Amino acid sequence: MLNLLWTIPVFPFLGFLILLFFGERLPRKILALVGAGSVGVSAAVTSLVAYAFITNPPEGHAFHQVLWTWISVGDFHPQIAFYLDALALVMAGVVTGVGFLIHVYSIEYMGTDKDFARFFACMNLFVFAMLVLVLADNLLLLYIGWEGVGLCSYLLIGFWYREPANCTAAQKAFIVTRVGDTVMAIGFFLLVVQLGTLDVQGLMERAQSEWGPASGMATLAALLLLGGAVGKSGQLPLQTWLPDAMAGPTPVSALIHAATMVTAGVYLIARTHVLFELSSTAMMAVAVVGCLTLLLAGFSALVQTDIKRVLAYSTISQIGYMFLALGVGAWSAAMFHFMTHAFFKALLFLAAGGVIHALHDEQNMFKMGGLWKQLPVVFWTFLIGSAALAGIPLIDAGFYSKDAILWAAYSSEHGSFLLWLGAWIGAIMTSIYTFRMVFISFFGEAKNHVHHKPGLTILIPLIILAALSLVAGFIELPHNMGHIQMFSHFMGTAFESAGEHAQTMAEPGGEAMFQILAGVGSLAGVLIAWWFFLKNPASADSLASTPTGSRLHHFWKSGWGFDAFYDKVFVQPFRWISEVNKADIVDGFYSAIAGATQLTHSVLSLTQTGRVRWYAAWVTVGSVMILGALLFK
Amino acid sequence: MTLVLLVFIPLAGGLIAGWMGGKDSTACRWISLGALGLDALLALGLAFHYLGGSGNPGDSRWFIEWSQPWIPQFGISFHFAMDGLSLVMVLLTLFLGLIGVGASWTEIQERVGFFHFNFLWILSGVLGVFLAMDLFLFFFFWEVMLVPMYLLIRIWGHENRRYAAVKFFLFTQASGLLMLISIVALALLHPGNGQGVTFDYNVFLQNPLHGPAAKWIMLGFFVAFATKLPAFPFHPWLADAHTEAPTAGSIILAGILLKTGAYGMLRFILPLFPTAVHEFSTTAMILGVIGILYAAILAFAQDDMKRLVAYTSVSHMGFVLLGIFAGTDFALKGVVIQMICHGLSAGAQFMLVGALYERIHTRDMRKMGGLWDAIPGFGVATMFFAMASLGLPGLGNFVAEFMILVGSFQVAPKLTILATLGLIAATLYSLRLIRRAFHGPRQDEKAYPDLTLRERALNGAFALGLIWLGVYPQPAINAVTPTLKSIQSSAATPMAEHNAISGESQ
Repeated sequence: MLNLLWTIPVFPFLGFLILLFFGERLPRKILALVGAGSVGVSAAVTSLVAYAFITNPPEGHAFHQVLWTWISVGDFHPQIAFYLDALALVMAGVVTGVGFLIHVYSIEYMGTDKDFARFFACMNLFVFAMLVLVLADNLLLLYIGWEGVGLCSYLLIGFWYREPANCTAAQKAFIVTRVGDTVMAIGFFLLVVQLGTLDVQGLMERAQSEWGPASGMATLAALLLLGGAVGKSGQLPLQTWLPDAMAGPTPVSALIHAATMVTAGVYLIARTHVLFELSSTAMMAVAVVGCLTLLLAGFSALVQTDIKRVLAYSTISQIGYMFLALGVGAWSAAMFHFMTHAFFKALLFLAAGGVIHALHDEQNMFKMGGLWKQLPVVFWTFLIGSAALAGIPLIDAGFYSKDAILWAAYSSEHGSFLLWLGAWIGAIMTSIYTFRMVFISFFGEAKNHVHHKPGLTILIPLIILAALSLVAGFIELPHNMGHIQMFSHFMGTAFESAGEHAQTMAEPGGEAMFQILAGVGSLAGVLIAWWFFLKNPASADSLASTPTGSRLHHFWKSGWGFDAFYDKVFVQPFRWISEVNKADIVDGFYSAIAGATQLTHSVLSLTQTGRVRWYAAWVTVGSVMILGALLFK
Repeated sequence: MTLVLLVFIPLAGGLIAGWMGGKDSTACRWISLGALGLDALLALGLAFHYLGGSGNPGDSRWFIEWSQPWIPQFGISFHFAMDGLSLVMVLLTLFLGLIGVGASWTEIQERVGFFHFNFLWILSGVLGVFLAMDLFLFFFFWEVMLVPMYLLIRIWGHENRRYAAVKFFLFTQASGLLMLISIVALALLHPGNGQGVTFDYNVFLQNPLHGPAAKWIMLGFFVAFATKLPAFPFHPWLADAHTEAPTAGSIILAGILLKTGAYGMLRFILPLFPTAVHEFSTTAMILGVIGILYAAILAFAQDDMKRLVAYTSVSHMGFVLLGIFAGTDFALKGVVIQMICHGLSAGAQFMLVGALYERIHTRDMRKMGGLWDAIPGFGVATMFFAMASLGLPGLGNFVAEFMILVGSFQVAPKLTILATLGLIAATLYSLRLIRRAFHGPRQDEKAYPDLTLRERALNGAFALGLIWLGVYPQPAINAVTPTLKSIQSSAATPMAEHNAISGESQ
């Protein structure tokens, strides 16, 4: 059964090819069947493989399948080969499972779009690339998936390409992530030159044996990989593309810019965790990047008016939590939060899409209001997703996964009080902006009326994801509340060398206090949101209209001025140089030579008058000068 | 004899096509296609025989060698030989030649016979360059490429063709003159094999030249090859020549003629002047890196789509220069893959620009916009080759650039990091092209015909080649491994000697 592994990415790729070549000619029903069906088959095969993997684990808890040798130069032989362990399996499960639900949802959501075939072709290509990314056994193959998902993200953000703003957003996403990818590529060069391989398992062994802890090389390599990770995952300082990426259709935001692609950075670090553990500097960098990002994005989410932009900033912020977890060595907690986040964030986007669809493409929350009566299913599922995002205690998955991270941020050997404090403040912020969004969009007076209600193809994926957002947390419970460790045990098979630092320093009583703080923080956030945005909306407005308030409001809304800064420092100078040198200065040099030659030619040709008298005179003058030169030497 | 046939078939085909042209232009196209097809079959036969494992090259450096005296007084002979590198280049030449005839099928309507005559003679010259192992003969073919190419640009080019053709001619001729001087100097100064003057490559190879003379002779070759490549700062001819040339001219100009420069560096400069190369390599690598970045910025600024693609060639050839003078195993193999892949991706891009021009009668991107709506097939194809050009993993160009960069990183990490920025720059110009031509709102509401079946087939051939090299480049790498190994061992000799000497003195 495990041998079916290679077919998991193949089905979406076949779907892509069919849609690409026959998309124009096939009826919509068939297109939908191919588009969603190919991912469905892939999800089914993934379940089969997962069943085989869990019931009958392969030796070493990892399954390796080589298709062919890609390149062979000297001792360097990267292969087209897949590697399945607990980490890859969870990723592949989320990609195909959540991916399938989103594809089904899209059948209705994109039903009237004239580029239906192109949409599903790109989505299938994305799923293929993402699966290659998570299943690759070496970093070079991973890079195919890594840049492949970047391409699909670009194609889908710019899906409605007739609108210039969408094209700009698409280009920005591609370029900014490519900056990260390029840093990562330099990391690959370093790894190949120093360790002679990009095969993940071999690389980790050699890094351990040849570099050892506290080696400068390991730090350098880890930081270069981190450069790629922050680009793809929208972390500081390359986070600027993600809010703009919301220009794409909402299912795209759900699948690519929330549930799967943007977590590729988390996956990369988890995959190469042995390398990161060799360098406490790199670990610290990951944690600090995560902590700062989650705070900055939280503040920005608080002041957005576009419902999708709120969700985009919250994605940046939640991935910040995952980075924080990685940085303190809580590998399985990071992956746990990845999984629950994939469920509830996909849910939130899809539910928001339901609202946007019902209101004829209205994305401004302040023009919604009172929707809970008109769109009950969408409202309840959105509420469940919000509860999970805010980490409302005990009932939902988000609480358990975030609590694990908060606890690890304090208790692990790489953790500290400051990291915990940042994460805790971030959690309160999360709760405030989440429920601000809920209260403004779904409560209060209705400012817009619902044009048409979503059908079952939209509602069923919402309900399934809502259920997952509630129950997925119960597979991993803290040891003082039920003590279930199914997830971390399973993950432990992939991270066995690392161990789980979070548990090592557990002090009885301490953990409970932190859990209470987390719960209180999140509930307080709901209360604050209720007070400012439902009970007393005027008080929020007056706060925002003070001079400092409005300046902060603007600053946060524009994402802390990063865009303006990059524009001044990189974009403008580049445009200036390229414009100045449009005609190529070097060409000017050769033209000058040509010009000088022509000038001399025309000056000398003046002397060619055809008059014998002049020629005789010139001959005489010349002879006299030569004679003179000889005589008076 | 096979090698002579390889060179001779297009020559003869060109004569027949030129003679037929006045009467029946379709027949003349088929004759060109037939001649090149026959030649390609011959080359494929050689490939299967020598690369497929059934042939036995044995200890010999060459798969096949053929020699006849030409001017024995000066030791000049018709000396042809083929190894893996030549074979790969011959295959690329014939592939692009076939595509070039296909791409001109509807574009060229005037003096069809003379066009095909010139086209086939260029190819014949190129094949000669890749197979000649006598330096005088090499120079002869080098010049044979030049004149018909000049005519191709001059007669069938676009608006500014006269200027572009003269510029192309002057740059190539001036640098060719330097090479001729270098060749003669090499023949005169080289100790030879004790039997008087010789121009034979094998003789030079056995006993490389050292000292100051080697340095100057090497520089002469370098300028000629760097102009052809083209490397910064010898590149200005290229933008005009590419932009003004007819589509088939641009395809083979970018696809093959530029590669003769890279081939010359690999075949002659590296093994014949090892010490001089060793001293010069940093300078050459710096020129390569400047070329990558400088040309990418130039490409970004262009409004003329064809000119943009032309500058991307300069940028990609910067990688080739960097890799050649890095000289490591990785880098040299990457260079060969880059030569093939750039031939395919740039060839395809020029073909698309040409086909687009046939429809909308402009190359100015300021007058385009939203074309995806009108001609989605063009959109998909342009997107694909733009992605190849920016080095998307999974396509051949990525494999090539990755190998070149790893190989350069081994000897010059800082320069390599700068060169890697070229990947970002490539993203900028590629996306800008797509954005301005295919995305955004439509500029007019005219309907244009999308890619025809013939055009789809030609694009498909390019695309399959790039995908193949992207996921399974090994056959191409294996084909050139022995050649590159021997080039490397010749090039490494002085260093080894040098090390041995310094080792003894300690």
